[in-house]
Amino acid sequence: MNTIQDILKNRILVLDGAMGTMIQRYQLEEEDFRKGWFEDHPKSLKGNNDLLSLTRPDVISAIHRMYFEAGADIAETNTFSGTTIAQADYDLESAVYDINYHSAKIAREVADEFTQKDPSKPRFVAGSIGPTNRTASISPDVNDPGFRGVTFDELVIAYKQQVNALMDGGVDLLLVETIFDTLNAKAALFAIDEVFEDRGTKLPIMVSGTITDQSGRTLTGQTTEAFLISVSHMPLLSIGLNCALGASMMRPYLQVLSQKTDFCVSAHPNAGLPNEFGQYDETPEMMAVQIKAFLDEGLINIIGGCCGTTPDHIRAIAELTKNYSPRKSHSAEN
Amino acid sequence: MPKFTHSILKLSGLEPLIVTPESNFVNIGERTNVTGSRAFLRMIREGDFEAALAVAREQVEGGAQIIDINMDEGMLDGKESMVRFLNLIASEPDISRVPVMIDSSRWEIIEAGLKCIQGKGVVNSISLKEGEEQFIDHAKKVKRYGAAVIVMAFDENGQADSYERRIEICKRSYDLLVNVVGFPKDDIIFDPNIFPVATGMEEHNNNALDFFRATQWIRQNLPGAHVSGGVSNVSFSFRGNNRVREAMHSAFLYHGIQHGMDMGIVNPSMLEVYDDIDKELLEYVEDVLLNRRPDATERLLELAERVRGDGKKKEIDLSWRKAPVQARLSHALVKGIVEFIDEDVEECRQLYDRPIHVIEGPLMDGMNVVGDLFGSGKMFLPQVVKSARVMKKAVAVLLPYIEAEKSGGRTSSGKVLMATVKGDVHDIGKNIVGVVLGCNNYEVIDIGVMVPFDKIIQTAIDEQVDVIGLSGLITPSLDEMVTVAKEMQRAGLSIPLLIGGATTSRVHTAVKIEEHYTNGQAVHVVDASRAVSVVESLLGAKNKDFVAGLKTEYQRLREHHAAHRADKQLLTLAESRSNALTLDFNETNCVAPKKLGVQVYDNYPLEELVPYIDWTPFFQTWELHGKYPKILTDEVVGEEARSLFADAQDLLKRIVTEKWLTAKAVTGIFPANAVGDDIEIYVEHGDEAPLYTQRSLRQQTKKAMGQPNIALSDYIAPKTSGVDDYIGAFVVTTGIGLDEHVARFEADHDDYNSILIKALADRLAEAFAERMHEVVRKEQWGYGSDEQLSKDELIKEHYRGIRPAPGYPACPDHTEKIGLFEILKATLHTGVELTENLAMTPVSSVSGWYFAHPDAKYFGLGKITDEQIRDLSERKNVPFDEMDRWLSSVKL
Repeated sequence: MNTIQDILKNRILVLDGAMGTMIQRYQLEEEDFRKGWFEDHPKSLKGNNDLLSLTRPDVISAIHRMYFEAGADIAETNTFSGTTIAQADYDLESAVYDINYHSAKIAREVADEFTQKDPSKPRFVAGSIGPTNRTASISPDVNDPGFRGVTFDELVIAYKQQVNALMDGGVDLLLVETIFDTLNAKAALFAIDEVFEDRGTKLPIMVSGTITDQSGRTLTGQTTEAFLISVSHMPLLSIGLNCALGASMMRPYLQVLSQKTDFCVSAHPNAGLPNEFGQYDETPEMMAVQIKAFLDEGLINIIGGCCGTTPDHIRAIAELTKNYSPRKSHSAEN
Repeated sequence: MPKFTHSILKLSGLEPLIVTPESNFVNIGERTNVTGSRAFLRMIREGDFEAALAVAREQVEGGAQIIDINMDEGMLDGKESMVRFLNLIASEPDISRVPVMIDSSRWEIIEAGLKCIQGKGVVNSISLKEGEEQFIDHAKKVKRYGAAVIVMAFDENGQADSYERRIEICKRSYDLLVNVVGFPKDDIIFDPNIFPVATGMEEHNNNALDFFRATQWIRQNLPGAHVSGGVSNVSFSFRGNNRVREAMHSAFLYHGIQHGMDMGIVNPSMLEVYDDIDKELLEYVEDVLLNRRPDATERLLELAERVRGDGKKKEIDLSWRKAPVQARLSHALVKGIVEFIDEDVEECRQLYDRPIHVIEGPLMDGMNVVGDLFGSGKMFLPQVVKSARVMKKAVAVLLPYIEAEKSGGRTSSGKVLMATVKGDVHDIGKNIVGVVLGCNNYEVIDIGVMVPFDKIIQTAIDEQVDVIGLSGLITPSLDEMVTVAKEMQRAGLSIPLLIGGATTSRVHTAVKIEEHYTNGQAVHVVDASRAVSVVESLLGAKNKDFVAGLKTEYQRLREHHAAHRADKQLLTLAESRSNALTLDFNETNCVAPKKLGVQVYDNYPLEELVPYIDWTPFFQTWELHGKYPKILTDEVVGEEARSLFADAQDLLKRIVTEKWLTAKAVTGIFPANAVGDDIEIYVEHGDEAPLYTQRSLRQQTKKAMGQPNIALSDYIAPKTSGVDDYIGAFVVTTGIGLDEHVARFEADHDDYNSILIKALADRLAEAFAERMHEVVRKEQWGYGSDEQLSKDELIKEHYRGIRPAPGYPACPDHTEKIGLFEILKATLHTGVELTENLAMTPVSSVSGWYFAHPDAKYFGLGKITDEQIRDLSERKNVPFDEMDRWLSSVKL
């Protein structure tokens, strides 16, 4: 069977779209987030989407199915907030293993089902590892810039738990994404490296940063290239950008990555910028036009969608990629 | 030229640092190291992290591409200090843009540091000292944390001190890193140990040479690896002789780089340019470094004795010169650098169609940055004034071209007329406001000091100005401003009138000025930082709202003032006098002076005055608030205060050594006795007619039980007591010669130094007054002959006696200066004159009375009644109306 590395040499792979946007369509209520697992939990759980992998697995697997049908090669697990740090807000640190394990399993089952139907297009599962809701490089207290709300060590512990559970659940890849603080990401990579060593197995790693505005820097102030250098000590499958910006605004920073790295380059932009109601209103066609520009320039190996994207967006993108060959590494270095 | 293996080291802070074979030598900052810098150690030990951050910032600005941070000191919690400092750096983008080198001999400190940096830093260092197992373990962790590593040439048997040991240990370390750990080759940096040379011990003679050879071997045989080292070690034997040390460092680096050394820990201020090293010195140094002759050490030691020197001054970072010209102009404006402005403006002029576009384009863009930074509190007044100096110089370059073009000149946001009113010579504040307005694209027409109202009004009409700004410091100027307001009304002007200066206030403007100028709006401006927003509001689209707001506010102030005044209970003059202060007058309290009469000091040495300077008011002039010297380390303004203070010290040094100013003084001690509220001053005790009678004013506010209503005359023995008492008087000036230098700076469009020299002259005048008071106490009068006070205690006035000045709180009556000047023949002796409103000119002058009674204290007169003013006018034989005008600021 072909490895993902082999396939990437021949074609552009498509990552799925937004999980949250699709969950919203189901208009779920508090009881949907509790069902069978957290009936008596004292805190409100509505909005804690990762829990749905446990309480409404039918919804999550239906969403994965829709994205695969639309042409996605890689599904992201429903585990963006699957760390003890992110779950602490809901007092659900104890649910972290189950969230990650079951989310991975659901995605695995749907992916295998599609691979079986069409072995020429194998489907992959990427374990989604989010940034948590704390930053290791910025003080939450403006009066004490030396203070930190979370330490590197705490992040490593939390990420190791998540990575172990995702691997137990059978993911093919690990995706450290929406990185706004590179130190958090370095803790995730540190954790992954330790888990790999403990388990004696390795998986391909995707890393995806977030450029928060048009200054071209991450929230913690790094330029795209500095970010790239800061995470390149691990052998990565891909490095890329996601969230915060729409596709066209992401382009200059993808150019930087494309020029400066030997890793594959990924992008999963938002469907434009949110409007005044917080909704994303770029249509699949609008987004496809911008992504076409990436492809024309040969910037991309893996492409997908973040906030506001739907199976229709992914379908439009997947159609588009069929006509293009993947980015070749520009790097003359080494 | 030896060929090295290809290697690329990529590091990052907020920005990337990529070291390629083509890169120049990478300079690692060394000042944030407690083992190398005592000052830095003290900051960390005392928890003064602000100062410690300033050190880091200065290094980065000075060109360090990586900063080495070391907290290894027995008295410190090294781990905690490392974490705290790195966390603080993370919120300082000016610093954290460069990669960090975490320097410690203790692994737990290194590891704690690695957990704090988001970028890719460097660990300094690991080695085989404790054996392979630990080396591998640490290397693996460094890799996992995503850092590069410095490997010391050190193994279980100790530090490598020969060429062979160096390459043996480096090779062994390299193989373990690459083959066992899988460490990226390009992230390996060797430190093959830089040891001192010219130590007098023969076995040290090859120290530098072995380093060079080992470096070359590493760069040729260990692919990817880099070489670094701590350069200052090599010159250890020449501590104290910076000239030789700097030459050694440069020569060492030159040869090190030739042999493949691509980075190093270097103090950039301890480096001479290789080509600038004296040829003889260079030859001797290289003889030592390269071990070229057996007597190299003796010869260098002997030469060192002859070339002892301080070495060179701080390096200035000129990398900004490489930017495009528009960016350079902006940089020069924001940083206040005048050095290159002429050539840059000229270059820019040729890029634009019309010279005016240079002003409207890049120059105004730069000034807008300055305006925004000042407005948001990120720049301070001295910096803004420096920026304005750059702007003025730039405009001066363009002006001839603009005039040649006969275009209408640039479009400003508005025209502001600035003047110090008639009878007043103080203009520092006015000039600062002018500069700040100029920075914000207002055209400022400054018509100077002592300007009568008719000239102000005529100029306003002729120039069609949009705003008039009046300034003044002495209290009579308050009345003069009222006059200007009335005359503006009469002349039919309706443009806004700004009121500013030390004695002005919102209340005074509301109560005394606004009502006389109903055609337009009078506004009090509290300090220069507010001037722009006030003018903008007055001239802006929403000016009606702003004026309406002011009118409401001033109306409220007037009502409050009236209510307060009605409330305020003053005693009658008789009641006040009956509650006068009664002191003991005896021989100890009324000391007969050693020297009676007048003493003249012509050309007093300025250098003797410098230690008497009280710096706190100097910073206030620049709107930097805080006590000296604490202000220099203030969290908010400390950096700017230090920079201003350094500029002030430089200028002061020139003023003193080049004798720019002349200091003159006259003092006198006279027999005196009090008669009621008057002080009769005699030539001799027993004289029938006094030489002069000083008329004191008495406090009239209702006092708490037991508290007296004081007048200055209470400090002098009453005539009726029969005790012979004395009073002193003085006039000092340091303002002679000032105008010439101010004019020179102004001709050079240098407002910064023009304001700076005036502020310094004022400080010198106050220092001179302090010094003269000391001379009087210790020598002339002599009652303080055994006084032992530090300069600080002097400034805090911990001595016997006071020197109140006419026009100030204890004696607000300026007209007393006339008599004071007469009895001292002050104008004759010092050249100081009085203006029509009794300001002293030249401006940096101080006058006052000396009272020697041990219980004499400074006090404020407070408000007085018409009754006392009438009484005074009778005592002085001056019409009531005139006295009333002079005292309007203290009249209830």
